[in-house]
Amino acid sequence: MLNPETIAVAMSGGVDSSAVAAMLRAEGRSVIGLTMQLWNQRRLAGHAGMPESVQGRCCSIDDVYDARRVAETLGIPYYVVNHEERFERDVVRPFVEEYLAGRTPIPCSLCNNHLKFDQLLVVARQIGADKVATGHYAQVAFDGQRNRWLLKRPADHSKDQTYFLFGLTQEQLSRTLFPLGGMTKPEVRELARQHHLAIAEKPDSQEICFVPGGDYKRFLEAYLTEQGDASTDISGEMVTSDGEVIGEHAGVHNFTVGQRKGLGVATGSPLYVIQIKNDTRQVVVGKDDELYSRTLRARRVNLISTAELREPMGVTVKIRHKHQPAPAMMESTGPHEVLITFDEPQRAITPGQAAVFYDGDIVVGGGWIEASR
Amino acid sequence: MMRRVYLDNNATTPVLPKILEAMRPYFGEHFGNASSIHHHGQETRAAVEGARESVANLLPCRASEIVFTGGGTEADNLAIFGLAREGDHVITSTIEHHAVFNACKHLTESKRCEVTYIPVDGRGLIDPEDVKRAIRPNTKLITIMFANNETGVVQPVAEIGTVAAGANVYFHTDAVQAAGKIAIDVNEIGCDLLTISGHKLHAPQGVGALYVRGGTPLEPMLYGGSHERSRRAGTENVPAIVGLGKAAELASAGFKRGDDLKMATARDRLERELLALDSTGLNGRGACRVPNTTNVYFDGIEGEALVIALDLKGLAVSTGAACSSGAIEPSHVLTAMGLSRDRAKASIRFSLGKQNTEEDVDFALALVPETVARLRELSPTWPRPAISI
Repeated sequence: MLNPETIAVAMSGGVDSSAVAAMLRAEGRSVIGLTMQLWNQRRLAGHAGMPESVQGRCCSIDDVYDARRVAETLGIPYYVVNHEERFERDVVRPFVEEYLAGRTPIPCSLCNNHLKFDQLLVVARQIGADKVATGHYAQVAFDGQRNRWLLKRPADHSKDQTYFLFGLTQEQLSRTLFPLGGMTKPEVRELARQHHLAIAEKPDSQEICFVPGGDYKRFLEAYLTEQGDASTDISGEMVTSDGEVIGEHAGVHNFTVGQRKGLGVATGSPLYVIQIKNDTRQVVVGKDDELYSRTLRARRVNLISTAELREPMGVTVKIRHKHQPAPAMMESTGPHEVLITFDEPQRAITPGQAAVFYDGDIVVGGGWIEASR
Repeated sequence: MMRRVYLDNNATTPVLPKILEAMRPYFGEHFGNASSIHHHGQETRAAVEGARESVANLLPCRASEIVFTGGGTEADNLAIFGLAREGDHVITSTIEHHAVFNACKHLTESKRCEVTYIPVDGRGLIDPEDVKRAIRPNTKLITIMFANNETGVVQPVAEIGTVAAGANVYFHTDAVQAAGKIAIDVNEIGCDLLTISGHKLHAPQGVGALYVRGGTPLEPMLYGGSHERSRRAGTENVPAIVGLGKAAELASAGFKRGDDLKMATARDRLERELLALDSTGLNGRGACRVPNTTNVYFDGIEGEALVIALDLKGLAVSTGAACSSGAIEPSHVLTAMGLSRDRAKASIRFSLGKQNTEEDVDFALALVPETVARLRELSPTWPRPAISI
């Protein structure tokens, strides 16, 4: 009944996922192309300063058109699956709520955990595909000694996307293929050209897919207006680390730890956001040296290379996507909770972002940053 | 080669061989512009007028009351925008096809007209009394469909026609899904305008017709030559019109042979065996339906996944309405009938055409139950906790 040769490729209409479909097809695998319809860009058009015609990247008709053309070129069946409701519930709302709570969220990880490697995997299996392949730059492999599926950094570290994939479970990893893990971006583009794919020269997308132009503040305001929540008061005081009130701010969502611009206060020396207090809505500002912390607590931790943490472990830790992994000790402090102690203090550890732990190129696991000290 | 069975005839139908044969000469040897005075024009003019008579016989009406259009959507738009003027009130329903629904929406969005949407009951039926109550002094037009594209439910159009006539209001009905499937009589219905579409009754895509009762003051939407008695400018699409004429002729003959009863027998067998599955039900139960359509919900599944899984095994069916990207949205028709979003999304439409055989039904019955079972097995939310009654 189940054909182990059939692979569903998550196709976004971009170069990477298109190249994946082409590669697998060239290998003679049975391939089905799937595009997830996640967000309707027209929905917020005209709301609270959003342009009437939104040029966002996510799930635009142009991207679906591109993906469909690639599927036609490759001669594979192709379908669009609608996951808008689940995307809003599990990605967009948490994204908005995190900002309102003074944290700086990363929706891509939530999307990977709840949509791409959950919902899409279910649909793939239901339609007869055993595995899902994506265009992420990462590697997955089974380690017989540990009896674990491992997630590893890709050959091209400059394209490493493991930071967004730390939430994958063993079951999900066992059903996932990352065919681009051993390739560089120029090689991927060349492969797309060789297969005469019209999207071979399409530029990479960098921004959060559902936030047009990367302007998340305008997105938040438009979304809250649409939801009838625009009156929620998230304004508060601007204070120094000594507790001195030096001004007011219009909303915690305007700030992120480490931010220097747009604080609206004038002082002699440069000031940075060093903390956002969720309970009092105070934004704490201070000097650059106050931004550094030695430790962080991470919650909702998912472990990949090991089933449990019995004793402290030496790892390197990434605290944001473009961060160079820094050496640290990791110890368990409770179920799905760890304490990370860095060898050297790290700048601007930001609640809401992920901390991902590595042993060389192997992803040990990751969790959500709760607090730093 | 994988066997493929097509049970999505409410989306479109294949052009039947006899219809294609009738059309073929008009792509080549008979190429004239039907407005030309010479021999070539006379040949195609005769073909267009012959087709007009065949379509008129199907409804039945006078040939002069038929306006050929570029399809069902154009005919619906011509009926609505051709009659509704600024300040008029229009009555429609919550289950119309987008060709009517979005045309009415445009009337309100452009602030030209107020529109009242009549709801349906759990069977998908409009109550003519609701229509009567909605009529105002400035009501110009009632536009309510004949048979629904998703459920096949046939509306009480004759009763609505009586209401319209009693109030001196124009009545348009979109009969795209009724034509060729059940007998239509514009005089019995009492409608002033009626839409049909070629490709839903085995003629090609891109041709339709609007019945316009003699004396109805219809403004054209397209301006140009005096084609179609100045109601629809543009050189006639002769091959397609010939195809529509032939399709109407075959449909009329089919009713005499009892084709509709044969189709109902096949549909009923399909439906009966599907409904014997666990946690499955019929949408539109208790209402009169066209003989080719059955719309069934399979609780606990995503209709979208079922459609894809079946397509990969060679069976073409559909669910809801596709949005611009091709993704499926919960059907506005099923939610208007009171179905939950989950149940609307778990609903699948099977629609038969004249080319389908009993073997096609066997093929569907061999595939659907096992596929539904597989989807439920892999669904994270099935089985749900038992509901105590």
